[in-house]
Amino acid sequence: MSTAPPDAAELDRRVAAFLAGHDPAETEPREFLRARFDAGLAWVHYPEGLGGLGAPRALQPAVDRRFAEAGAPTNHPERNGIGLGMAAPTILAFGTPEQRARFLRPLWTGEEIWCQLFSEPGAGSDLAALGTRAVRDGDGWVVDGQKVWTSMAHEARYAILVARTDPGVPKHRGMTYFVCDMTAPGVEVRPLRQLTGEAEFNEVFLTGVRVPDEHRLGEVGDGWRVATTTLMNERVAIGGQAAPREGGMIGVVAKLWRDRPDLRTPGLHETLLRLWAEAEAARLTGERLRRQLAAGGPGPEGSAAKLAFARLNQEISGLELELLGEDGLRHDDWTMRRPAEVDFTRRSPGYRYLRAKGNSIEGGTSEILRNIIAERVLGLPAEIRVDKDVPWKDLPK
Amino acid sequence: MSDLLYSEIEDDLRAGVRSLLDDTCPWTDVLAGTERDAPYDAALWKRLGDMGVTALPVPEAAGGAGASWRETSVVLEELGRAVAPVPFLGSAVLGTAALLAAGAPDLAADAAAVLAVPLSTAPGARPGGVRADGGALTGVVTAVADAAVATAFVVPADDGGLYTVDASAPGVRATEVTALDMTRRLSDVAFSGAPAVRVGGADALDAALTTGAALLAAEQLGVAERCLAMTVEYVRTRYQFGRPVGSYQALKHRLADLWASVTQGRAVVRYAAGCAARGDADLPVAAAVAQAHCSPLAVRAAEECVQMHGGIGFTWEHPAHLYLKRAKAASIALGTADRHRAALAGLVDLPA
Repeated sequence: MSTAPPDAAELDRRVAAFLAGHDPAETEPREFLRARFDAGLAWVHYPEGLGGLGAPRALQPAVDRRFAEAGAPTNHPERNGIGLGMAAPTILAFGTPEQRARFLRPLWTGEEIWCQLFSEPGAGSDLAALGTRAVRDGDGWVVDGQKVWTSMAHEARYAILVARTDPGVPKHRGMTYFVCDMTAPGVEVRPLRQLTGEAEFNEVFLTGVRVPDEHRLGEVGDGWRVATTTLMNERVAIGGQAAPREGGMIGVVAKLWRDRPDLRTPGLHETLLRLWAEAEAARLTGERLRRQLAAGGPGPEGSAAKLAFARLNQEISGLELELLGEDGLRHDDWTMRRPAEVDFTRRSPGYRYLRAKGNSIEGGTSEILRNIIAERVLGLPAEIRVDKDVPWKDLPK
Repeated sequence: MSDLLYSEIEDDLRAGVRSLLDDTCPWTDVLAGTERDAPYDAALWKRLGDMGVTALPVPEAAGGAGASWRETSVVLEELGRAVAPVPFLGSAVLGTAALLAAGAPDLAADAAAVLAVPLSTAPGARPGGVRADGGALTGVVTAVADAAVATAFVVPADDGGLYTVDASAPGVRATEVTALDMTRRLSDVAFSGAPAVRVGGADALDAALTTGAALLAAEQLGVAERCLAMTVEYVRTRYQFGRPVGSYQALKHRLADLWASVTQGRAVVRYAAGCAARGDADLPVAAAVAQAHCSPLAVRAAEECVQMHGGIGFTWEHPAHLYLKRAKAASIALGTADRHRAALAGLVDLPA
């Protein structure tokens, strides 16, 4: 029996005690992060022994702040968004004790980067149509197929992978969820250049890749349910970041407006004020969502936040170019790069405008999100599905 | 930042008000009431007063409930949801806010003091038309909301002062006019040498209008939520072409967007109410953002409600029009969304 979970004061005390025993200036960063994990101060809402203390999720920001103030080494969460935001909650929810013990610690410390092998050229919005096959072979599986839109695949040690294990049943029922070793023979990663000129993402070709059965997450055939958990977490991760007022793209345009009176017109002024108010409403909504999350798990509100985020980013970045006039005709750079993270504010306005186009496609298109809200939140009937009871192998492709 | 969620006490308060409204204020009664001479539902108004929800932000020492504008905001969500014909906005919000800002809370306890400004007055505006002369007011204020309940008026005059006038005093006459919003009555109020007491200045008027704008957004949120719920219920059960019309993406995507906008409405309303409750310096921004969002939100929800109900939604015998009229009138009340956005230009340093 464990005792009651620690409250804010108790966490504060534990952080202080930890810092007293591990001077951030003296401790090797990786050792520091491992020790922080072992002390249960990594993600305090996780269970004891897995980097947490079973504390309320709402107490995490204060812990992070304390460590940041002490100059503690960071686990660079921006480099492992898929791992922290999607793989970890899924492993926690569906993993065996052995899987949790093996994967969560190096994931959190950033020693092992994770990527996601979900989308395929023939399975985008209709993810459940995916055709990458996993065939049982002795004590493991052999995987063949092609995945796409995989960020960090070229740096990742592991991937969360959904593959088809039974083509003879309707599509949602025949999938299984695995952890795939990205260093295994048969895994080939190629950059996928996007309309911004750079390549954040990859294509991943899987040819006869062996995955041991102990790397299966959840039951055989239960992959869709496991993946759904992952995707709900993704939508929260994309739509729900904390931000101060004018913290996002609207701040960039507001600053430009203040700095350049020569660019102002009445029409653009109206548009700017409308978008400023909408951005502030979206910010407050994100803040409210985060507080709700602290109480429960991710919910459909994350889909609403992502919808708003995508639309606003696109409108505001479009306004910025229009406001700039002649300067909006120039672009900073079309060089093919491999950025580890998207930084809207440090690149040029043209980049912002173009990159924002992806916001309503990645992580669930805005159209699919509207379906999700309409069907799961509002309880509206689903579209007529022609593929519902048809075995996957018989679907038109 | 204030807490954007609801407290347990607020949840209980909501449940209590909703239960009362469900029992005593079905839309059929609201519709019937619009064709009677009574300007509001007096029985319901009395029961709300007995519950104590009409004087929530008034200190206990002054006879109020000693709560705050946050709880009042929850009540307004419910009143909007029921499109309840009670004079809450003019008295328990605008009148009370003016008196509290003027440091005269005693008059606010029974929520019978009504702010005498045209309902369309935006924060920062200086409505003219009433002259103060030696302790007496003369002039006409048009389109005053909820004047019928007033035992006193709180009146801004041309000298910048804010005055209280006994509604039954000689020289005070309120004449009801026909209002677009059938569930919030309007009157033209004429003062002819009416005896008046100065209680405050333009600051108190500004505070009342800004607080009113923040709180009106809660009512608009309630209107939007009810319209959305009504519409969702209808498109789930209305069959055409052999399937529920709500299965078509042409409708469900609009409803999903509306729901997303409602979730945003909840955040801006909570923030604005929190700012009003704390007297936060950010209240003018919070109120402007809340109005810029919730005015068009309520209108869109009501318009979609009419449209997605098809023919039945265009009839007198369906409640959609009660909400449409409330939503459209409320979008003009206390400053249009456009005026609130324009106000942001000054508030957040984005000049023309």
